[in-house]
Amino acid sequence: MVFTQQLVNGLMLGSIYISVAVAFTLTIGILNFLNFTIPALYMLAGMVGWSVSYYGLPFGLSEPLGWAPSLLVGITCSVLASLLVERFTYRYFKIKHGDSTEHAIPLVSSLGFLLIFEYAILGAHGSETRGFHTPFTDLNWRFADLVISIPQVTSLILSLCIVVGLSFMLKKTRIGRALRATAESPDTATLMGVEVRKIVPIVFVLTGLLCGLAGSIFAVNYSEVSPYMGDHVGTKAIAAMVIGGLGSVWGAIAGGLIVGISETFSIHFFGASSAQITVWGLLLVLLIFRPNGLFGHNAIGKGKF
Amino acid sequence: MSGYLSGLIGILGINIIFAYSIYVTAATGQLNLGGAGFQAIGAYSCAVLSEMFGLSIPFLLLLSTIIGATVGFLVAFPILRTRGVYMVLATFAFAEIVAGVILNSDSLGGPTGLVLSDYIETDVIIWSTIGVVVFCFYLMSTRIGLAMRAVHDDEAVADLLGVNRRAVQVGAFAIGGALAGLSGGLYALYFGFVEAQYFNAFLSIFVLLYVLIGGTQTAWGALIGASFFTLVPELLRMGDDWRFFIFGVIIVVMMIWRPEGMVTRQAIDRITLKLFPVVRRHG
Repeated sequence: MVFTQQLVNGLMLGSIYISVAVAFTLTIGILNFLNFTIPALYMLAGMVGWSVSYYGLPFGLSEPLGWAPSLLVGITCSVLASLLVERFTYRYFKIKHGDSTEHAIPLVSSLGFLLIFEYAILGAHGSETRGFHTPFTDLNWRFADLVISIPQVTSLILSLCIVVGLSFMLKKTRIGRALRATAESPDTATLMGVEVRKIVPIVFVLTGLLCGLAGSIFAVNYSEVSPYMGDHVGTKAIAAMVIGGLGSVWGAIAGGLIVGISETFSIHFFGASSAQITVWGLLLVLLIFRPNGLFGHNAIGKGKF
Repeated sequence: MSGYLSGLIGILGINIIFAYSIYVTAATGQLNLGGAGFQAIGAYSCAVLSEMFGLSIPFLLLLSTIIGATVGFLVAFPILRTRGVYMVLATFAFAEIVAGVILNSDSLGGPTGLVLSDYIETDVIIWSTIGVVVFCFYLMSTRIGLAMRAVHDDEAVADLLGVNRRAVQVGAFAIGGALAGLSGGLYALYFGFVEAQYFNAFLSIFVLLYVLIGGTQTAWGALIGASFFTLVPELLRMGDDWRFFIFGVIIVVMMIWRPEGMVTRQAIDRITLKLFPVVRRHG
């Protein structure tokens, strides 16, 4: 029973990592860009959502809003922030300098944005953990001896829906084909009539949306938000992405669940702080012996832009 | 020297040495986002050796340098199987594992950290920093430095022209590990206390940023980058949060205007030509 409960807990924890890992894998698969602002976008949705539900909209535009509209404002905010990142990092990505550290340029400027977002929130609201109140009281679902939390089930289903929708979009629609063409070769895509300049912001909107949703789900789930909430999830989602294989959407799902399960099991068997060693050890071994991850495509990460 | 000034110089020296440890690998085209892990190894080996064997201070610093170099050398082999973004992630994973191991072992103090009874004055740090800076400038001016530059610019061509690429890359990791170990040892002895929480992901990120913003083309980059980002926030004297906000803005603007870093080879040539119009540098 304990085993099954741990497995369920692991799956639920993993479901939060899934959306963030999909956001990571999408930017790296299509743009070959490790976007370090993703943890900050995730945190922005939660913190802006909290601030709107506590103070109301800025400049006295409204009274404090309810939890659902506040989170909507939060998600909008992370989408806008993501577009800001596109404007100031990605546009300058195509400069060629002809040396092996040039892939670091957008990476470094996304680290700059991570600092900007995180410390803007810290400067505005301080570093305390804030309670985020929702009308739900008992969010657990008891099922024989198992305890299942409803928001986590919702988030698992929601992440799966998003991913199914995303793969449908990538496979069938015009925009999806353009995105995949850009992922294969931006120059050829341009020759084939894809406007790469207009396609790239779509990736960033999707990134902001995925992170915003994940952040809101976290806020509802744990009823609290903090400026540091992105760091933990962000690093775990990077691990999930690498385990699943860079650029593979289904791999990110598998990776998210694997990370969640191995985290809960190592906490259960070896104590709370051992999860760090297990998850990162798994990641390091995989990177060295199977750098494409479990489902990765070997064309990713070869310096396309 | 006032306490404030000597404290500032101490942390500046430690940051410069730490930045050079990342610079040496970055100059061969390998990005190391696990600097905190290497520094933690140096700091903890210094702390443990000091408590267990009561060694003298020069010995302690020497041993933390050697331990750092050994770890860098050994880690280089698996890590060099990866490249590009994968290497950034692999080194990051390495630092997380080091922090995780320290947090989980009771003999290393776990989350509470370790206290040292030995301590050093600021002048030890000043002399070590001068030594490291001179060493790095010398290294970059030798044939090895030229080989490192060649590997940085194009691995395949360097290989074809007879540069032992693997030896250069492994050597860079070993030197980087040694310098990170030294900076860790100095940190432990200067502050008299080490805790795993200090060596976190943000430390690794900051030190890599010092180097990349400073520029990896010349040995000036790490020196200028580390000094700039240690001293400017002190001069701005703002609240802690807004200083990092400004730091972020500077990084984004720098990457737009000077993606190769503050100090480039071209900039140095231009300055030397202006100062000494007769001397012509090649490079």
